[in-house]
Amino acid sequence: MDSLVSTYSQPAFEDEGYASDELQELIHTKPSSSLSFALPPMPRPSAFLRALTDDHANPNCPIKLAHGTTTLAFRFQGGIIVATDSRATAGNWIASQTVKKVIEINNCLLGTMAGGAADCQYWLAYLGMECRLHELRHKRRISVAAASKILSNLVYSYKGMGLSMGTMCAGVTPQEGPALYYIDSEGTRLAGNLFCVGSGQTFAYGVLDAEYHYNLTEEEALELGSRSILAATHRDAYSGGFINLYHVKEDGWVKHGFRDTNPIFWKTKLEKGEFSNVTANL
Amino acid sequence: MDSLLGSNPTLASNPAYSFSKAPYNSAADNKEHAFYPYTDNGGSTLGITGEDFCIIAGDTRSTSGYSINTRYSPKVFRIGGDDETGEGAHIILSVVGFAADGTALKERLNAIVKMYKYQHGKKISVKACAQRLATILYGKRFFPYYVTAILGGLDEDGKGALYSYDPVGSYEREQCRAAGAAASLIMPFLDNQVNYKNQYLPGTGEGHDLEPRQALPLPRHDVEQLVRDAFTSATERHIEVGDGLQMLVMTKNGIEELYHPLKRD
Repeated sequence: MDSLVSTYSQPAFEDEGYASDELQELIHTKPSSSLSFALPPMPRPSAFLRALTDDHANPNCPIKLAHGTTTLAFRFQGGIIVATDSRATAGNWIASQTVKKVIEINNCLLGTMAGGAADCQYWLAYLGMECRLHELRHKRRISVAAASKILSNLVYSYKGMGLSMGTMCAGVTPQEGPALYYIDSEGTRLAGNLFCVGSGQTFAYGVLDAEYHYNLTEEEALELGSRSILAATHRDAYSGGFINLYHVKEDGWVKHGFRDTNPIFWKTKLEKGEFSNVTANL
Repeated sequence: MDSLLGSNPTLASNPAYSFSKAPYNSAADNKEHAFYPYTDNGGSTLGITGEDFCIIAGDTRSTSGYSINTRYSPKVFRIGGDDETGEGAHIILSVVGFAADGTALKERLNAIVKMYKYQHGKKISVKACAQRLATILYGKRFFPYYVTAILGGLDEDGKGALYSYDPVGSYEREQCRAAGAAASLIMPFLDNQVNYKNQYLPGTGEGHDLEPRQALPLPRHDVEQLVRDAFTSATERHIEVGDGLQMLVMTKNGIEELYHPLKRD
């Protein structure tokens, strides 16, 4: 089986007698170890990278990477709710209002994106590949525990290099039931019922903690996820855009829309009388 | 030396400079050396898609600091075509930021797209090329290409496709995107004129009941006009934008190149 996997996980014509290493590099798509990442020619590459890209430590840094987020996920009797905003900021500039921060690893595993957008996108896609290879090797789906550990071990091997990610892995498997893990680029990996990650996490926790209990109905849970993100987009300048809602069940995840916050905000205010700090007069 | 400065004895012994900074005394004070391999060559790029076409445009000015190095240096390239003419290309790439990194990135993607064709006997899809570009950019995660890239083409259904990137490879498919020095001037204009953000239909209600105007794919003529307006306006208000506007238009019939002069001051 392993030989089959290795045959079909490589480009088909890889070994067709290319002379130089450079040609080899052109067809290699997977930088699987740290060695294949380009590094600046200097003793401490991470300091160089930080001076260039860390806009928190150095507001004048030339390369601004996409940042800033509110993401949340919680377990309840009917599965797992995953909700995010959709804003990406580079300094004060809103780089995008339509980012997909829920990453579909496969049809029953979801990951969320907080921190560096490229880091999350790349490594969660890499995780998706590893999960598929696990399926092929072992003839059964990977557990959420194992998937999250692949990711946490991976980012831990890059510790100190400047990766920035705070991600949640949510999935339902027959052996575990609904499982939720938090993984960040510091190397933390935690299992839990409820997590909020990102610059707007405190605002989301405020709403989520107040209303959360395990026996929520599906409808209540979806509404709570959406309402928590709404609260965060209202108070956190680095969060906003659209509310991206997912529900993970035994037979895979279901998407519950990518909806603009503005009409939802006014609906919440005018119909439910919440957000009374804001005037409705035009 | 004395004969030159003889009339002014103080200048010869203890020169006083009209500018504030005296020249460095080589060994006296410490000088910090740093590895700084990047320059910002300014300029701006812009991409918009329609139902069956994709336009990527860029100005042709190249600057460093306040100097204009050249008035014709293209930022938009054909990928996967003939080396000389670009004939046969089916993907457009624009790069803005550090021109040397931009060129390196373009050449690398071009080589990869061609290798793909030789190995698989078919042209790479725009979707696959977009993913590949992301891995190329991420391959230099710890020593980034200082560029903002926009990739365009036609997708499997023949619809216009546009992908925008950050310097380390996070990407997203969009309807329109401005990048580079004048992105903050152009992008709000595009939000309003392409996606009709903050436009409401008059007479559909009062106050909060007003219905937003739904965005529809624009016809090619309108998009070309929007691109020209975006760049003439950016040229008025940004020092690094101007000289010329290069537009590559991708349709099912291939890639067309348009050039439109911009103010050269």
